[in-house]
Amino acid sequence: MRHLLSPEDFTVQELDQLFDLAADIESNMGRYAHVCDGRILATCFYEPSTRTRLSFESAMHRLGGSVLGFADASNSSASKGESVADTIRVVSCYSDICAIRHPKEGAAAVAAQFSRIPVINAGDGGHQHPTQTLTDLLTIRSLKGRLSELSIGLCGDLKFGRTVHSLIHAMSRYANIRFYFISPPELRVPDYITDKLREMNIPFEEVIRLEDVLGDLDLLYMTRVQKERFFNEEDYIRLKDFYILDEEKMRLAREDMQILHPLPRVNEISVELDKDPRAAYFRQVQYGVYVRMALIMTLLSLKAE
Amino acid sequence: MLNVGKIEEGFVLDHIKAGRSLSIYHYLGLDRLDCPVAIIKNARSDVMGKKDILKVECSIDALDLDVLAFLDHDITVNVIKNGEIVEKKTLPLPKEIRGVIHCSNPRCITSVERGLPHIFYLADEEKGTYRCRYCDERFHETDASVKY
Ligand SMILES: [Zn+2]
Repeated sequence: MRHLLSPEDFTVQELDQLFDLAADIESNMGRYAHVCDGRILATCFYEPSTRTRLSFESAMHRLGGSVLGFADASNSSASKGESVADTIRVVSCYSDICAIRHPKEGAAAVAAQFSRIPVINAGDGGHQHPTQTLTDLLTIRSLKGRLSELSIGLCGDLKFGRTVHSLIHAMSRYANIRFYFISPPELRVPDYITDKLREMNIPFEEVIRLEDVLGDLDLLYMTRVQKERFFNEEDYIRLKDFYILDEEKMRLAREDMQILHPLPRVNEISVELDKDPRAAYFRQVQYGVYVRMALIMTLLSLKAE
Repeated sequence: MLNVGKIEEGFVLDHIKAGRSLSIYHYLGLDRLDCPVAIIKNARSDVMGKKDILKVECSIDALDLDVLAFLDHDITVNVIKNGEIVEKKTLPLPKEIRGVIHCSNPRCITSVERGLPHIFYLADEEKGTYRCRYCDERFHETDASVKY
């Protein structure tokens, strides 16, 4: 039995198969409408994350399956002190596959250890969120037609952003990738990541201003810069506009550059850009459903008729 | 050299860093075993200046020594049978360490989940780095020594 705890649980070849399936789902939705007839997905969310949970639920419903679960720990047995191990043993009796989100790191690994059904990590604290990474990869592959030969800009909070770290890691497995890290000095990518890139001979550049590299990018992955992450108010005021993407900055970008964002967005992407054909962040949400559909099918070893 | 009796069957753990013998004693669970143990502290050593030595009289399969290499790579293990050294062991780093060291990451599931064994895997053989199987946090020696 297979689980998905971290993006590296799948080889590059397995990811290709998963993305091929997701692409087929995108173009032939009807073929998949009954693949999961009679199957149940449990969504065990120990902390609320409406967006991720709805994406999983939508994926299962679109496959013809049904869904049960809880949306935060306060109204579940977890609030009475039940362990993750016991919860998954019980949930294994109710359902065929489980997506679990938990504030503690490694919670999904514990669930997998005691589970009789496939477990999908839907986020375990600051540790992993593999379905977000799969969503990002599928989006890139679908919009750019490839996962290699890309110049990727990552902008914003690169220090604390789990999503960003996973994406760097995942993209490092493909050939001829070049990274541009765009962040205030306080929020640079951690050293252990840049060390690893050097070790792997993957080129990267660290800059403070988006404008300096925008014209070189195939992709721009935006993230939010939170005020509380700055050491002082002065720096925040001085730097904050550097990380807001607007029409003016976008004039520097290539015609085929794509803007991604894990959402929710606050003000780091100006709403005037939503009509720009390069704004891909809502399509990204759609790919999130396709990739979760493909993942559920893969972990349950199901095929379309 | 100070000599504490001869062992018929058991182990002599030599070249322990001076002052570390008590933690090794605990790590190996010798406090839970009902067998004679001699702890020699600050013995003179030509190579190390000072060293600790542990002599344990027990059946040679009673102890799991895999964890030793992780605790201190320089320890030498002499296996004694019928009063003679039958083997001098150098131990490879164990691939996995179970229930010996604890994850110190307060955000780790092991900090709240009852009855979960603390498991570490060998992440980097060259550097001897171990990481928590659940949260991937690196194990730091300083976190563990607090326990004893
Ligand atoms: Zn841990």
